[in-house]
Amino acid sequence: MSAPLTPSQTVGPFFGVGLPFEKGEQVGPAGAAGSIRIEGQVLDGHGDPVPDALLEVWQPDEGGQYQTVVNSTATGFGRCRTDAEGAFNFVTVKPGPSRAPDGHAQAPHLNVTVFARGLLRHLVTRMYFPDEPGANAADPVLKLVEPARRSTLMARDDGEVLRFDIHLQGERETVFFVI
Amino acid sequence: MSEDEREPAYLYPDYVGTRLRAPVKPLVQLPDGFHDFPAPLFPRSVTELDHDLTRQHPGEPVGERIIVTGRVLDSDGRPVQGTIVEVWQANAAGRYLDQDDQHPAPLDPNFSGAGRCLTDAQGHYRFITIKPGAYPWKNHRNAWRPAHIHFSLFGNVFRSRLVTQMYFPGDPLMGQDPILQSIPDQAGRGRLVSRFDPETTVPEWALAYRWDIVLRGRAATPFENER
Repeated sequence: MSAPLTPSQTVGPFFGVGLPFEKGEQVGPAGAAGSIRIEGQVLDGHGDPVPDALLEVWQPDEGGQYQTVVNSTATGFGRCRTDAEGAFNFVTVKPGPSRAPDGHAQAPHLNVTVFARGLLRHLVTRMYFPDEPGANAADPVLKLVEPARRSTLMARDDGEVLRFDIHLQGERETVFFVI
Repeated sequence: MSEDEREPAYLYPDYVGTRLRAPVKPLVQLPDGFHDFPAPLFPRSVTELDHDLTRQHPGEPVGERIIVTGRVLDSDGRPVQGTIVEVWQANAAGRYLDQDDQHPAPLDPNFSGAGRCLTDAQGHYRFITIKPGAYPWKNHRNAWRPAHIHFSLFGNVFRSRLVTQMYFPGDPLMGQDPILQSIPDQAGRGRLVSRFDPETTVPEWALAYRWDIVLRGRAATPFENER
């Protein structure tokens, strides 16, 4: 008999005093070779920016392993609040292929969690890399997503940065996963 | 009821903020185990005094000093040890130290309203703070949030992540608060209400409230795919 879970509540609009921390957007080791800057925007059902969202990234290392004891140089974890334009950014390195529960390799991806005023529960999505067409085609999670919506999980190469926008609602609504 | 039916729906129109932010398309279900990978353990530093929100400034904050304590457990009843617990809250007058909070109540120069700690081997956490005030918001006419403390927890695996709010027993504002009422059943709402704890109350010093937190455990039985 399992104990009943504690229900979720919204992060509200005033998490700024409690959750963001200095250099929270630095996910991978600072200054590492192959560092990638990720930029994006969180948008609501009208396409308007969401200026009070908090994003978290949690990713494995380059060997595909989650580093659970996080220290100040290499983390794999990042946290960034959106600004007035709904914009966020992270700096990281591309993770290695982690293993699915059945042992198959997954394509490199970041786990992205979204909190915001108006979200009674957090949302979980994934950001995949556009330069991994082979691994993405074989990825067991992408295969479960209807083809027309897979592009919402794919970062876009924007030259200097990878672009990853999150649409909470609407025509281009991002794919979110049941937690 | 399933785990999901006990949680608030993403869309709860009485809470106006959900209307343009709740996803409309169905969330994609992954097979059991895909969210069972480890959670980050210490995503940020925790120092010895971070659990005491009354000692972050030269003077003491205004308000009713309280102790908030409890245990963090997984759904099998096992303590979650060494996990970070982050809290934030309004001051005794119902005002957050946040530039976006425009409620015309005084800021307290001796209160920032944020704390964190790590659970011990039995899953215990403990904060010292002041009781937050109720405050108005613009969700509907004459809307007031009941007094609450925000909590953020990671637990052992990715699917354990929880951000929620702890309320105080007997608060008359709970019945009209759409954020709390978004939880579908009374028992579920009750699990967010702390109880007065006379045993932990320190005579001549501070009242105590007790609140236990239960996080999702693994979805898959370990090793089920191994032969």
